Amino acid sequence: MEKGSNGSLLEVNNIEVVYNDIIQVLRGVSLKVETGSIVALLGTNGAGKTTTLRAISGLLKPENGFVREGYVRFNGHDITNSLGTQAVGLGAVLVPEGRRVFKHLTVDENIRVGSIIRRDAARRIRDDHALMYDHFPRLRHISNRLAGYCSGGEQQMIAIARALMAGPRMLMLDEPSLGLAPLLVSEIFSNIEKINRELNATILVVEQNAKIALGISHYAYIMESGKIVLEGESRELQENPDVKEFYMGLTQGGGRKSFKQVKSYKRRKRWM
Amino acid sequence: MSYFLQLVVSGIVVGSIYALSALGFVLIYKSSRVLNIAHGQIIASGAFITYSLTVWMGIPLVLSFALGLCITFFLAMSVERIFLRRLIGEPIISVIMVTIGLMSILDGIIYLTPFGTENFSFPPFLPTTPLVFSGVSVSWTQLVGVALTAAMIGGLSWFFRRSTMGIAMRAVADDQMAAMSIGISIPKVFGLAWALAGMSAAAAGALIGNITGLNFDTLHAFGITVFPVVILGGLDSILGAVVAGIIMGLIQQFAAGYLDGSWGLSSTGEIMPYLILLVILLFKPHGLFGIHEIERV
Repeated sequence: MEKGSNGSLLEVNNIEVVYNDIIQVLRGVSLKVETGSIVALLGTNGAGKTTTLRAISGLLKPENGFVREGYVRFNGHDITNSLGTQAVGLGAVLVPEGRRVFKHLTVDENIRVGSIIRRDAARRIRDDHALMYDHFPRLRHISNRLAGYCSGGEQQMIAIARALMAGPRMLMLDEPSLGLAPLLVSEIFSNIEKINRELNATILVVEQNAKIALGISHYAYIMESGKIVLEGESRELQENPDVKEFYMGLTQGGGRKSFKQVKSYKRRKRWM
Repeated sequence: MSYFLQLVVSGIVVGSIYALSALGFVLIYKSSRVLNIAHGQIIASGAFITYSLTVWMGIPLVLSFALGLCITFFLAMSVERIFLRRLIGEPIISVIMVTIGLMSILDGIIYLTPFGTENFSFPPFLPTTPLVFSGVSVSWTQLVGVALTAAMIGGLSWFFRRSTMGIAMRAVADDQMAAMSIGISIPKVFGLAWALAGMSAAAAGALIGNITGLNFDTLHAFGITVFPVVILGGLDSILGAVVAGIIMGLIQQFAAGYLDGSWGLSSTGEIMPYLILLVILLFKPHGLFGIHEIERV
């Protein structure tokens, strides 16, 4: 299949997204994801991270949103304002925010239904299904449980396994750390690294937890108020004093900020 | 004793037809949360299509039955495509209003045809001498009808439990956004749900025609009796539809068999389902097998 002109797997060019014809959420977002890399998209609440992922995966329409300006190109195909099924068909699969497992389906059924768009041999699908249990051994023991009764960490694993069953070129994860205990967060993130390494899936991860996301990603974008305000190699961003202070809670000295100091004067960084 | 057993047999026969009729209703509700008020009319259409194929076009019953299922399958699919597709995402009350409109339209169309007023009965295609087991008689049509119902329900349950498409349909009922995120096409699923519902409705209609004969007003009333059945079973449970259908059939037959005539009562069989409906709504609003939302706190 032909690639984009510059060889990026995903190219989002200057998109503006409007909800209900009036509420502008994205004001010209551009980002690129290279094949095989892990890219992080960071930012605070309401910065437009989730909307960006929805625009890529064709899930804006149910929320009454559309891309008014700019384009989204995946693997050489223009998928601006396309429907969700098209993005998945091309290999861009989203793990939605808040996990969204199918509560009344068993764990096994949740994983299996992820393969719905695949047209390859049933045996290969079954092999991949078995592979998911190797990746997430924790799920093997609970494969017959209703997903709604699984713990948050298990549900996140189910949601990732379900998305992987579609055989994605690029996996998009929307805040995989949401509502999980720190230990589970690092387990999920080491899983994400493993998926990138072993299954050759390109990863685009949206996070609020900047520290852990910068730790595993190669490249990162920081969003604020519907715009990309900073981008760079993750290693460099980790050293950026502003990023340190506003997204990782560290002061210039490198020590932890205490609540006392925060209370005495509240500073808020504006990037623009 | 044999009177009791005779009532049980006819209760199961009537009940399995209820189950089959309720099934289509449940299929639509299960995937799209739409209450299809026009389900009785779809049952009637299926029955009349099968009848005209058999009697007017002279196609053998078995073949015309299969053909009737196919035609109603596509008929229901096009109803979804034409009337309901554009309402995806609209408030559920508008969708229900559309199905009420659909009911009136189908009613009107059926009244225009010869089927609107007269009685019709299928020519017998099975031996007419009933089987008698120690005083209880079962007709061949009843036996084949129950077997057919069992086969259809078994087949559909298998489809929903085991096939990836069936699981996908349940997934859509569970969380539409998540279903879209893995590439399930919501319109396709809704179309298929309507088509399967149409197919099971046609089967129910053809069975009613073969067992009791066809009359539009009776079928009309039948379509409404499906409501207490699905509410007893739980609106979204196939198993519930089966169990509730049989229970309702038995209750109706027992009421008619034991209550009618005593204390000056009559037609209790027709009232009973609604009495039961009221009681269920008081004590078990989700029905016997309805899904309870899973809430994790």
